[in-house]
Amino acid sequence: MADHLLEVRDLSVRFHTAAGAVDAVKNVSWHLDKGETLAILGESGSGKSVSASAIMNLIDIPPGEIVSGSILFEDRDLLAISAEEHRKLNGKRISMIFQDPLSHLNPVYRVGWQIMETMTAHGRSRDEARKRARELVARVGIPDPDAALEKYPHQFSGGQRQRLMIAMALALKPDILIADEPTTALDVTVQAEVLALLKELQAETGMGLLLITHDLGVVAEIADRVVVMNAGEIVEEGTAHEVYHNPQHAYTRKLIAAAPGKGDMRSGGSERPVLLEARNVSKTYGDFTALENASFKLHAGQTIAVVGESGSGKSTLARTILQLEAPTGGEAFWKGRNLFDMPSKELFGLRRQMQMVFQDPTQSLNPRMSVFELISEAWAIHRDLLPKPRWKERVEELLVQVGLRPEHAKRYPHQFSGGQRQRIAIARALALEPELIVCDEAVSALDVSIQAQVIALLGRLRDELGIAFLFIAHDLPVVRDFADDVIVMQRGHIVESGTAEQIFNRPREAYTQALLAAGLDPDPDVQAERRRQRLQAAV
Amino acid sequence: MAMSETLPTSEPVKTSEPGAVMRLAKMLTRDRFALVAAIFLVIVVLCALFGPALLGDAATAQNLRGRNAPPFAFERGWLFVLGADALGRPLLARIVVAAQNTMMVAAGAVVFSMTVGATLGLIAGYAGKTISQVIMRLADVIMSFPSLLLAVIVLYILPPSVTNLIIVLAITRIPVYLRTTRAEVLEIRERMFVQAAKVMGASHLRIIFRHILPVVAPTLITIATLDFAFVMLAESSLSFLGIGIQPPDITWGLMVSQGRPYLTSAWWLAFWPGLAIILTTLSLNLLSNWMRIALDPMQRWRLEGRTKSDKAGETSNG
Repeated sequence: MADHLLEVRDLSVRFHTAAGAVDAVKNVSWHLDKGETLAILGESGSGKSVSASAIMNLIDIPPGEIVSGSILFEDRDLLAISAEEHRKLNGKRISMIFQDPLSHLNPVYRVGWQIMETMTAHGRSRDEARKRARELVARVGIPDPDAALEKYPHQFSGGQRQRLMIAMALALKPDILIADEPTTALDVTVQAEVLALLKELQAETGMGLLLITHDLGVVAEIADRVVVMNAGEIVEEGTAHEVYHNPQHAYTRKLIAAAPGKGDMRSGGSERPVLLEARNVSKTYGDFTALENASFKLHAGQTIAVVGESGSGKSTLARTILQLEAPTGGEAFWKGRNLFDMPSKELFGLRRQMQMVFQDPTQSLNPRMSVFELISEAWAIHRDLLPKPRWKERVEELLVQVGLRPEHAKRYPHQFSGGQRQRIAIARALALEPELIVCDEAVSALDVSIQAQVIALLGRLRDELGIAFLFIAHDLPVVRDFADDVIVMQRGHIVESGTAEQIFNRPREAYTQALLAAGLDPDPDVQAERRRQRLQAAV
Repeated sequence: MAMSETLPTSEPVKTSEPGAVMRLAKMLTRDRFALVAAIFLVIVVLCALFGPALLGDAATAQNLRGRNAPPFAFERGWLFVLGADALGRPLLARIVVAAQNTMMVAAGAVVFSMTVGATLGLIAGYAGKTISQVIMRLADVIMSFPSLLLAVIVLYILPPSVTNLIIVLAITRIPVYLRTTRAEVLEIRERMFVQAAKVMGASHLRIIFRHILPVVAPTLITIATLDFAFVMLAESSLSFLGIGIQPPDITWGLMVSQGRPYLTSAWWLAFWPGLAIILTTLSLNLLSNWMRIALDPMQRWRLEGRTKSDKAGETSNG
């Protein structure tokens, strides 16, 4: 019976929503052993987080309902014990870290106090707790631990906050650590460090690590075994190596095939006329330099990817060129005319030639407008483009073009899934028949398989309509087989630029190399090899 | 927690599209409280429109033998069912007639203050720093001045008429709308869909009226309904001070204050007009609550009946 550290058996959870009952998970069973890392892999809505929530007693009942199943931890059924017993286990024996550490740290308390609270809540003395907190903060690699304990959460970077969360979770030496998308909100280089830290800590303490993720790369890097979930059911289970190299289920195969960065790389486009040229574009906010002397040339029909981690100035570059922000220096030429000192009337005419697709379609589509209103607004603004009687027909045409159905025009954005919403945003951008579309992290918020579909759509539009793209991303593999040229940015500067082939195969700058090395390959073997090399380099 | 992930992202949609009015009517029948509230308000509006013409004489006819006649006594006829006031005038008729002035003052003041406040708020939130500062300091001046004092001064200078009363009450309420609107605009203007509209080349007017105002509107309407009650009571206190509506004109507020000295001996004098005020504001609250849901595409399904066939029209993700 007690041969596993934790065992979930036949768990079914149902949520009673206004739209009827939804089975979040159906008959899910898995187990976790001591010192093992189990990854639950799934896309959004697959129910991957639900079993972890059940373990921690975090499911709201109602609307949730546990239909069947049991969760065994030390011969006890966690679904049968009282809330008070749960409280004794949570944080002490089983603890959890979350995706967004900022929202899980209380902004009004010092972090030292918050780490100590975990321990004092479980009956440790204050002195003991303080000593342990200092030890933990030093262990998770925060510089100057004594000072760090006295700081507030906002004074740390995202990666450091996740380290603090880990310190807090490990305060009482739990047997099980549940990590729900622990690195999704972090930059690639930081992600690699946090995963490495988790791995080290696991080796030290021998705890079981349950990792919930949507990212094959994370699985490849850290997991021993993996459980693949789709639509509330486990479709496949096995070692990370087995599942990647010999997937049994069609869904797993689809997921692995959708991982970006495996196709042929593109090149060229530079023989066509220059569409947009930026010369030494700069933007400062007070004393802070967001962008300094950025220069590039974009040719008609060409795709340039701008890649960088958060705070690298890549979005500022796009926003400055589109005149959403006033530049503080430099020039940008659209077909030879300077955008930055153009009268607003002329700029209005140019607006329709350059369009933008934003990161989060939930926010970039006005929730109170129907799809028809959203798309046709472009023609209401630029009245000479299309006579009103033709709007309906053209909206339907555009919807078909982006892979939706004509009757979707009557619906509102919230009635679509994330991927469909991004298609609407693309249709809206296409409505003005632009020559340039700026995609600001346009696929970052989407699931991998949806991401692949949207990128395929953008690629098709590029080939059919000859649209040029300025494609902003934080993730290198995504742009590998989509971009002609790649610009790598760091701290407001362009570090390196060149063709995709050159950047990916022969990166010159150390930062580009670091960025490429930090990216996680979905193949566990490749990741194991990289880990070995890293260790050697460290020695 | 990532619990929300498990909820369905797309809602079922109605496939048939009846007219907008029909759809609203249907949604109204789904919310029983809102339906009753709407019916009550229609009655009040009808009273306000036709009451003075039909019952104007009855409401002013004095009958000293029937002073403070108790309610539910039918021997004097149905007009006296709610009793009579200190001069023997039937309360029912007076409430019906007073509906006109009350509604005019309250609705006038609320609409006026909401329009001015929201407009200034939109400007203050959207325009540059200087204009915003000027508008906000003006609002501070109005707010720092006790509203009743302001009303007393203005109505001492100007003759107390319905129009002047509306203007005075409206001015004192402008800052509420102004500050709320500005605060919301400051947040909404940074939202992505406003940025997206800018990229398309939308003019400022379009951004303000098409994208920002519809998001602010539900908040404004909610404040307006709450304010409706406030204005009615403010009007009654002005009437009580003798600078509001002057007898023989009547409002509900004035009736409440006229009935006040008799509270211990004849409670019905103040009770019935007070009840009218309460029911009107309650109805407005219920209706505005319904309207907030009915006008929001994301919430609307709560009021739309759904059948199995609606769900069949759903599409797959991606």
